[in-house]
Amino acid sequence: MSTQLENPVEREFAEELSRSKGEPAWLTSLRGEAAELAGSLEWPKPEKTRIDRWNLTAFGQYGKPQALSAESELPEAAASLVAGAGALVVQRGSGTVLRRLPEELSAKGIIFTDLETAAAEHPELVQKYLFQAVKKDENKLTALHAALWNGGVFLYVPKDVEVDVPLQALFYNDNADVSFAPHILIVAERHSRVTYVDNALTIGGGADAVHHSVIEVFAEAGAKVDVATIHQLGSNVIDLTTRRAVLENDARIQWVIGDLNDGNVVSDTLSILKGNGSSSDAAVVSIGAGKQKMSLTTGAKHFGLNSDSNMVTRAVMKEEASAIINGVTKIEKGATKANGVQTEKVLMLSPKARGDANPILLIDEDDVTAGHAASVGQVNPEQVYYLMSRGVSKEEAQRLIIYGFLAPVVTEIPIDAVREQLQQLLERKLEA
Amino acid sequence: MATQFTIEGLKAEIEGKEILKGLSLSMKGGEIHAIMGPNGTGKSTLASALMGHPKYEVTGGSAELNGEDLLEMGVDERARAGLFLAMQYPSEISGVTNSDFLRSAINARREEGNEISLIKFIRQMEGKMKELEMNPEFAHRYLNEGFSGGEKKRNEILQMMLLDPKVVILDEIDSGLDIDALKIVAQGVNAMRADDRAFLIITHYQRLLNYIKPDFVHVMMQGRIVKSGGPELAERLEAEGYDWVKNELGIVDETVGQA
Repeated sequence: MSTQLENPVEREFAEELSRSKGEPAWLTSLRGEAAELAGSLEWPKPEKTRIDRWNLTAFGQYGKPQALSAESELPEAAASLVAGAGALVVQRGSGTVLRRLPEELSAKGIIFTDLETAAAEHPELVQKYLFQAVKKDENKLTALHAALWNGGVFLYVPKDVEVDVPLQALFYNDNADVSFAPHILIVAERHSRVTYVDNALTIGGGADAVHHSVIEVFAEAGAKVDVATIHQLGSNVIDLTTRRAVLENDARIQWVIGDLNDGNVVSDTLSILKGNGSSSDAAVVSIGAGKQKMSLTTGAKHFGLNSDSNMVTRAVMKEEASAIINGVTKIEKGATKANGVQTEKVLMLSPKARGDANPILLIDEDDVTAGHAASVGQVNPEQVYYLMSRGVSKEEAQRLIIYGFLAPVVTEIPIDAVREQLQQLLERKLEA
Repeated sequence: MATQFTIEGLKAEIEGKEILKGLSLSMKGGEIHAIMGPNGTGKSTLASALMGHPKYEVTGGSAELNGEDLLEMGVDERARAGLFLAMQYPSEISGVTNSDFLRSAINARREEGNEISLIKFIRQMEGKMKELEMNPEFAHRYLNEGFSGGEKKRNEILQMMLLDPKVVILDEIDSGLDIDALKIVAQGVNAMRADDRAFLIITHYQRLLNYIKPDFVHVMMQGRIVKSGGPELAERLEAEGYDWVKNELGIVDETVGQA
């Protein structure tokens, strides 16, 4: 593949790439339409973040990676993240290199594979949901992503099936010139229960690059879905990630999001509480360093009666990093007895670090409860003094306070392995 | 070595206002000293300046613990040298459990590689918590967060017990305590009395001194010690107030640094 990707991508190019990968015709035309749309749509405009000044053209070229036969062939940084995984999908750069679903899970009718394979093997199922939560025509980013996504994950859990062990995905890229754009589609049928965990990382720096990814979750009536997703992309990479869940009656989602990248980030997570009694819990933790700029948005949109949302974001900003943290609770007319709560807190560790917490409540219904809290501040010197007065060094005192600040998010993570992993990654970035 | 704590001519100011105006005091291991005085005479400033609170600036004098110059040390070094201050208003620290913090504090006094084992630590902490009649769940609560006034004070005493200091300063440990809690706290302090440990109790009520018997009582006014005596001095202050001291010394306004 020698054609340099232009921005916006040409329709013919997207279609040609799709055909060359042997994708079904419906997907080829979806990509073509999306590419066409990308030409006329605008970039998203996150609050107080001028992403149009970022280098958003470095989408990379498609490169088909070589399949792996086992995790042992993974680079160490990637392998440690999936140690002990049962069900696993691994993507390197533009394509899937490993996938595995234990027999006992496939026997229950669970589908867990890369999205390209699923589009070919389960077209009706994929077509029914793909780009229904995140529409391809929302903005230039969603259109480009629809035209260019690669690899990805399709997770389908049939009605009444409950899975106790997390299903894991790993997305890594070790060549900055290669397109890296996973799309994750999760469908949990009525009264099913599933936990999905993924990690995205880049290895070895390189030229400017853009990682764009989307997670779409459909939780049908009574389904419970846990999604934990940790991104640690390099300083040369811009991470543009959109996550969205659509919840039917009594469905529940729990998001755990670790934005631990070293480059610029737009991270946008939204739960659409369509069904009565649906609920969403979102916990976001982030550490910024260097000259990183981040826009982290969490949202909940309530349509259902008695729907419930809770959002917590904790961010630590080091050096000259800056973060704009938005929480948007929207309660639509008719969503009586809905409850939406949000907290955003930023801790700044240097005088040049910047944090901005914007809690937004948009409420069009009277009979609801909603609350928000936000704070931006530095490590409290009284607290440091108190800890030091017991003999703890200044560094250790600050460390305790910082980890204490992050604890409300970290301790809530339901899966021990994910919590420990996140804790380690936090330490690595905090102590770098 | 017998503990010797010596303060000489200590001067300290906050935001440019001089509060301590040359305070001298000498304490030996095994002794309990009480500093009494009306509000605004510099008692808590003495405690904070000795511990090294960042808002207080020492402008003169010295404070030595067993010959080591405390004022040259950072706050943490003073603590490791053996100074302990039970604070009047302990900080609340979210996300840090009481037990994690205490273990860090104990390990800060030990060589790397010689950290206290978790089992031993838990056994020690649970034992002391029992003595102080603290609910065991406080070990897992975030440090002082949501603690009542009395619970915070007990938690200060718990820390003192586990850290085994040489010089203990109790800054108004009796404020906000009901009589039962006061007795428990006093028991904790009395249990810690030892030949190599000195106590400095800062209070403006005689009440606490009914439960912790001081060897020496000092009256503080205008940022220095103006009168010293034995336990009978505290009793007279309780009975007669401070006016007779002021009259005797010709002091009109006992406070210091008040706007």
